Amino acid sequence: MSTTNPHKLRNAVLFLVGAILLMFMAEVFSADSASSDTSVIKPLLAPNSSDPSQPDTFNSIDGSIDSIAQKLASAKLKKIPSVVDELINNATTKEQENLALAYITALLEGELYSRRSNSQLVLAKVTQEKSFDLYNIKDTQLIESDVNKKSIKKIRSSNKVRKFLRTSIAKIQLSSADVNQRIKSVTNLMSNVDAQALMLLEEARLKETNIKVKNKLDDAIALGNLASNNELDVITALEHLEGNLEPQVRNAITKLLNQDTPKSIESLAIKTFDSIEKKVKFNGYIERIFFGLSLGSILLLVAAGLAITFGVMGVINMAHGELIMIGAYTTYVVQLLMPNYIEYSLLVALPAAFIVSGLFGIGIERGVIQFLKGRPLETLLATFGISLVLQQLVRTIFSPLNRQVVSPEFMSGALQINPVLSLTYNRIYILVFALVVFFLLQLLMRKTSLGLNVRAVSQNRNMARAMGIRSEWVDAMTFGLGSGIAGLAGVALTQITNVGPNLGQSYIIDSFMVVVFGGVGNLWGTLVGAFTVGALNKFLEPVTGTVLATIIVLVLIILFIQRRPRGLFPQKGRAADS
Amino acid sequence: MKLKNIMSKVALGLGACAMAVSVQVKAEDTIKVGVLHSLSGTMAISETTLKDTVLMMIDEQNAAGGLLGKKLEPVVVDPASNWPLFAEKTRELISKNGVDVIFGCWTSVSRKSALPVLEELNGLMFYPVQYEGEESSKNVFYTGAAPNQQAIPAVDYLAEELEVERWVLAGTDYVYPRTTNKILEAYLKSKGVAAEDIMINYTPFGHADWQGIVSDIKKFGSAGKKTAVVSTVNGDANVPFYKELGNQGISAEDIPVVAFSVGEEELSGFDTAPLVGHLAAWNYFQSAESDANDEFIAKWKSFIKDDKRVTNDPMEATYVGFKAWAKAVEKAGSTDVDKVRSAMYGIEVANLTGGVAKVLPNHHFTKPVLIGEIQADGQFEIVSQTEEVAGDAWTDHLEESAKIISDWQDPKVNCGNYNTETKACSGQNF
Repeated sequence: MSTTNPHKLRNAVLFLVGAILLMFMAEVFSADSASSDTSVIKPLLAPNSSDPSQPDTFNSIDGSIDSIAQKLASAKLKKIPSVVDELINNATTKEQENLALAYITALLEGELYSRRSNSQLVLAKVTQEKSFDLYNIKDTQLIESDVNKKSIKKIRSSNKVRKFLRTSIAKIQLSSADVNQRIKSVTNLMSNVDAQALMLLEEARLKETNIKVKNKLDDAIALGNLASNNELDVITALEHLEGNLEPQVRNAITKLLNQDTPKSIESLAIKTFDSIEKKVKFNGYIERIFFGLSLGSILLLVAAGLAITFGVMGVINMAHGELIMIGAYTTYVVQLLMPNYIEYSLLVALPAAFIVSGLFGIGIERGVIQFLKGRPLETLLATFGISLVLQQLVRTIFSPLNRQVVSPEFMSGALQINPVLSLTYNRIYILVFALVVFFLLQLLMRKTSLGLNVRAVSQNRNMARAMGIRSEWVDAMTFGLGSGIAGLAGVALTQITNVGPNLGQSYIIDSFMVVVFGGVGNLWGTLVGAFTVGALNKFLEPVTGTVLATIIVLVLIILFIQRRPRGLFPQKGRAADS
Repeated sequence: MKLKNIMSKVALGLGACAMAVSVQVKAEDTIKVGVLHSLSGTMAISETTLKDTVLMMIDEQNAAGGLLGKKLEPVVVDPASNWPLFAEKTRELISKNGVDVIFGCWTSVSRKSALPVLEELNGLMFYPVQYEGEESSKNVFYTGAAPNQQAIPAVDYLAEELEVERWVLAGTDYVYPRTTNKILEAYLKSKGVAAEDIMINYTPFGHADWQGIVSDIKKFGSAGKKTAVVSTVNGDANVPFYKELGNQGISAEDIPVVAFSVGEEELSGFDTAPLVGHLAAWNYFQSAESDANDEFIAKWKSFIKDDKRVTNDPMEATYVGFKAWAKAVEKAGSTDVDKVRSAMYGIEVANLTGGVAKVLPNHHFTKPVLIGEIQADGQFEIVSQTEEVAGDAWTDHLEESAKIISDWQDPKVNCGNYNTETKACSGQNF
């Protein structure tokens, strides 16, 4: 202990204070710019602000469409579909159709308002200052800007109305010039292929030239024909739909099976249904495996840092979860500082979180842990205390409420492999990220001089010092590295869970479990352990439920540890015995 | 020296007497109102708002001249989200501070903890949160929704308006969701829903990994029937749940989720973009259109000095409860618990949704049921509003409680758990 360099200690403390100040300042800044949060969210909410389907002709004024649409201003929710039908039926020319479409789209997007003064229908868009800019529906010309919310009234819609609007738009846009628009229309129409829609689809099929749209149309028509009275139609439809994974197809066939159907059709329907079910089941397995890998990758991320500090250095760090939390909060602060570049904020947050958490880690090591070397019980208690201090620190600076981290566009949504199998992007990215972090860490430990020093110190401290390795420095760096990786895990976690003061607590048990299960001191063990626990959990979940699955996994690990106290991959050799 | 000492002691004694007298005068001049809401710990986020609401109502009442010519004086204590502490603080409020009424509690477990003390000391409490029912104490008025004022009408709305035939009952693993789901399951089955069309799922508090469950819901929803999720998922586990729904491409139009624990206050911390169109069922929304509501919102914002603060259902329940109590005190001409209690029955006060809340002999209120769709700005668009529904303490949809009624007014019954078959009250006090 006497060897401690006071300068280093002072530096570490200075860093710590600096980091806290930085976070504090960021919070103050956020309070100053009151509109920052709206500017973060709003662009994501209204991605279609410049809708290409808006009409661009404004030379002729057509009274009839406008006067029908005016009924929307006073219509009750239940009456809206009939008004919309009237709009579509009265739109005979292309211009009228476009105008009707403009009204319907505005209603669908929730941007159709009426002015309280003269009940004129307008397109209203929220501005950054939470007031409204009003546009003309027909030509999207700005009528008035900065209008108070009180002076306009929103035309209401509900899920049911919106679904109706979507099919209405689809019916118009079935003849759109844009291929993607046509495919979208057919997909929307598939949710409910009634007689009218079937007629429209068949008409469109005759005119269609694009092969992709043609196939889609064929599916939709077959779907519509399932409800036909003509047996032959139904049989052809069933044959066409064999192996089709669209959920609507399965719905329709189940419906068909529930009705009184002739024997010939019934057996064919069962055959078609089975062929679909088989595919669905297969995809279900793939999905489960992906879920297992995804949970495993999160466990790997949160445990990788601990595999260094606990596994390699042997320090029981109960504040590991809080270092993850600090990483998550760093992401939040980074997003506050760059509200206009949310897409890139995660990329900036990664090094930032690594550095901030790493510095906290070094601070903890220099400030507390180094004085408790070889006394695991005291280390455990001290680091547990630190974890409480860090939680309270975050509560004081950021409030106990959860903070909102926005997901960038590329992280939301899912990779649609087929209608029943979709893998969410955030999970895919995290899986890849976890593996990259793991292999970089492996590389660092195996191929760099720092890694060599770390291994030397952890195997035999005195011998390493005799060889001229600055063991104190190596300790601090190693702990900082483990903590920095915890920070990276924090960045990843912002994308799937809440950023709050208790974030770390929910992961500390998991990470210890994985490291112990995989074998203390073995990075590969952590990798295998994380994915095993993840997969086990996800395959148990559908059978036993979430709560029981967690318990079973815990019990299995306890049994396993009793059998093999050193985990899956125990360390071998002299170093392991000491 | 000695004399001086005595003199000073006498002076001190006199001063103390004078002070005591002044305190007594003050105590007689005011009506004490106890506020029993957690101001620290996990529930502080929700309960602090209600403490402020009560303080605002007291301010307002005092500005209007108080009650019975006396000023109201709030006594605020902090039970710190610690359930046994609710009992201790209740005792402290009644025995030590001598409060005439208590506004308090949020979770059912805190209410159950305070109940025995209230019964023992004959206190009076107003409980402002929606709960699972199956209770009717002489000393508590339940100003929030009973299951038949929230859960059942919400299910009816889904079944009638959205033609839902398949149901997922998803909840957090504790007493309120479990009881509510038990009632809902029995109700749905009585409506002819087959057992295989109901899926029940429980998750721990703060659950974050929803991918498997959401995928199961998706599969459950593609079986030829319109499917909806009835969610009693509590607290911040809702964020990852809705996020996962959005990511897996389940929109409110495909599989709507109706939540019983998500209100304006909870949404103020969310990015609501992935939630738009999903539903919530309450007895009040901030977006309700009535003059009383506009006035209440304006008053709240100026009282709390923050233009961004929202109002929510438990606040309205507190408002209604406070108004009803004030009216009952005026009617009884006293703050005596028994007198106020008998004066309460039949009292009508205007609620904030343009209707009237009537106090029923079973200590519940009449309330309208509102269904709202979540909007991008964190507010709700009201898509359905019923007439006022009478709160039912004991649900009619569970066999064992269907035969039990509560009536504290009818002298023939006069208990909270009268069995209509055996024609007797069970021995239980509440």
